[in-house]
Amino acid sequence: MKISIERGTLLKAIGQAQSVVERRNTIPILANVLIEAEGASASFRATDLDIEVIDKGAAMVERAGSTTVSAVTLHEIVRKLPDGALVTLTDDGTTGRLTVEAGRSNFSLATLPKEDFPVMASSEYSSNFTILAPVLRRLFDKSRFAISTEETRYYLNGVYMHIADGENGRVLRCVATDGHRLARIDAPMPDNALDMPGVIVPRKTVGELRKLLDDDEMMIAVSVSETKVRFATPDVTLTSKVIDGTFPDYTRVIPQGNTRKLEVDAAEFAKAVDRVATVSSERSRAVKLSLDEDRLVLSVNAPDSGAAEEELAVAYGDERLEIGFNAKYLLEIANQVDRENAVFMFNSSGDPTLMREGNDTSALYVVMPMRV
Amino acid sequence: MPSLCRDCLTPFESGRRCPSCGRPRVKSHPELFELSIAHMDCDAFYASVEKRDNPAIRDKPVIIGGGRRGVVSTACYIARIKGVHSAMPMFQALKLCPEAVIVKPRMEVYVEASRAIRALMEELTPKIEPLSLDEAFMDLTGTTRLHGAPPAVMLARLVKRMKDEIGITGSIGLSHNKFLAKVASDLDKPRGFSVIGKAETDDFLRDRPVSLIWGVGAVSRANLERAGIRTFADLLRWDRRDLHERFGSMGERLWHLARGEDRRPVSAHAPVKSISNETTFSEDTSSTEILDGHIWRLAEQVSDRAKARDRAGRIITLKLKRHDHTSLSRRLTLPDATQMADRIYRTARDLFDQVGNQGPYRLIGVGLSDIIASSQADLTQDLLDPKASQRAKAERATDEIRARFGKDAIVKGRSLR
Repeated sequence: MKISIERGTLLKAIGQAQSVVERRNTIPILANVLIEAEGASASFRATDLDIEVIDKGAAMVERAGSTTVSAVTLHEIVRKLPDGALVTLTDDGTTGRLTVEAGRSNFSLATLPKEDFPVMASSEYSSNFTILAPVLRRLFDKSRFAISTEETRYYLNGVYMHIADGENGRVLRCVATDGHRLARIDAPMPDNALDMPGVIVPRKTVGELRKLLDDDEMMIAVSVSETKVRFATPDVTLTSKVIDGTFPDYTRVIPQGNTRKLEVDAAEFAKAVDRVATVSSERSRAVKLSLDEDRLVLSVNAPDSGAAEEELAVAYGDERLEIGFNAKYLLEIANQVDRENAVFMFNSSGDPTLMREGNDTSALYVVMPMRV
Repeated sequence: MPSLCRDCLTPFESGRRCPSCGRPRVKSHPELFELSIAHMDCDAFYASVEKRDNPAIRDKPVIIGGGRRGVVSTACYIARIKGVHSAMPMFQALKLCPEAVIVKPRMEVYVEASRAIRALMEELTPKIEPLSLDEAFMDLTGTTRLHGAPPAVMLARLVKRMKDEIGITGSIGLSHNKFLAKVASDLDKPRGFSVIGKAETDDFLRDRPVSLIWGVGAVSRANLERAGIRTFADLLRWDRRDLHERFGSMGERLWHLARGEDRRPVSAHAPVKSISNETTFSEDTSSTEILDGHIWRLAEQVSDRAKARDRAGRIITLKLKRHDHTSLSRRLTLPDATQMADRIYRTARDLFDQVGNQGPYRLIGVGLSDIIASSQADLTQDLLDPKASQRAKAERATDEIRARFGKDAIVKGRSLR
């Protein structure tokens, strides 16, 4: 194999590959990227056995072929090469080395046989549809913060993507929760998505997927089966196993009867929460919300380190209420609000609270209060 | 030299026999009436209680331990002569001492005896730091005028009263700090009364092994030996900074201890770092149902201890020992600390399911660590488990019923498995 490829193209392709590769693994070949050159392009494939990413880039292929080489090392080398350099990768198939040349730099890297590289079994996808990148970006960006890291509840270690009944018909819905807060984000259902099986997209996949979604014009091809999900752009194909488990029935968690409504400027609210929480050094910092006629007082009382209080002008017309929340959870939820106003719906100080953006129900958050 | 008769508690100036009662149980030491930090350690506590309650076994070797399997929890001094010691597997103990009488532990009785001893100690000083049921540190500094007698006399009286009123003997170590007091109590067991004075501290320590230090086990000892440290004299040769560099905060402590210095106060509320309970089965088991029952019981014991101290923990640990003595351990950090048996049980059970059944097991344990005050615990409920708050209320109600009507007044069906 002998190819020449522009440094920027190579960096982008190898960048995605090296982030999929597990840093610590016991199977040497999994640290490698599989390079395959044919026609006018080269593809770079990496896997951790749960996720596989294939990134294609335009290349001058002098001699077609393939080999595998350490993804992290190759990435580091390319990263350190000067911008605009032309990189030549040569593998003569006899020395067991891959030569990397750029200008006066010359590297020789150990390779492993391409036959040993595990290629993810292709599967039948029962559902295929396309969706605009910014729509998918919103679904995952607004829900991923609520993904659980608790390994015993592995079925919460991802975003549950499925088709559901929204207020105005069918929607493509993403839900994530860790048992303390929950995010439920809807987008109009794309054509051909109706039969899509509900899948739990693992946390790492969500992170990798996010890198494909920066281009506002890009159409993403989504394929879903009971066990796998695939997201593809013309250059990049990301295939991932989904979490084998049942996502809990989140609908019964979303409070229906919360009537006490608070409307507040989301950005101001988030800043105020952040400020008052500063005085407490505890890991689970509690912020108390004291609500009265159009008045909200945020307070933190940490016996060991100090106290803080801040008052905000809000719209609130119900009876007095005092309720506590974990400051971190409150901040994360407030930070999801894109518009001006966040609407909180309370019941009592012991019941889950609902938050949405204005009257829009396409993004809904639930947060559990904390005893204060 | 200041002397004290340990039988009639008469202090006197010198002599090998008590001038008052004529008996020879005399303790003499130049600093006898100046020292005030003490460590009291009961002699083969569990076995002594059993012998007290059953005179028929008084002159026989007695081993306290559970069942045919398990380990020795206490051996009386007769059994110790044969080489039996605590933590030894039972079968090995029986090989060494086949004529031993095995008694199953009766914890309630030991707790009762321990309380009675504690009450006697509390008459001497409020500064008591219990280490377990049968040993405690006491700080008697400044009590001489109150009692009309120096600490040594009061301590001799304490062990005398323990023997006369409770029927349990104990050994006293008297010194100028906790480290040396504990070392001293072990010098002359059983029924000992040992003193390590300030003047003799350096000479006393010099040629002793560093394993004398409480907390220096096999691993630390090997580490120290690799650094050429076997005795306190070896330790004295080390520079303070080098010790710190090589052994961290432990090195700093070693530097002080090498000089017989220990500034830790005797504190009734020593911070708890972890709470755990474990049980060894009489027969190996891989039955999920039986193991589940044990997980519940252990979770409840851990929770009881946490509640008694107003503590809660963030990390739940599950420990399993297989039939071939290999260990498995899993831990989980909760987002919010807990002291509730229900949450400890559920988390430990999740961990158990994660391990999968790799039995048969011979031991199971449940632990709680990363301890904080309970006022900062159980602040949030699980969104996905709305019944949790009901269960928490039920558990608090259960606790109240038990506090009034006794431990067995109400139990979960699960714990009967």
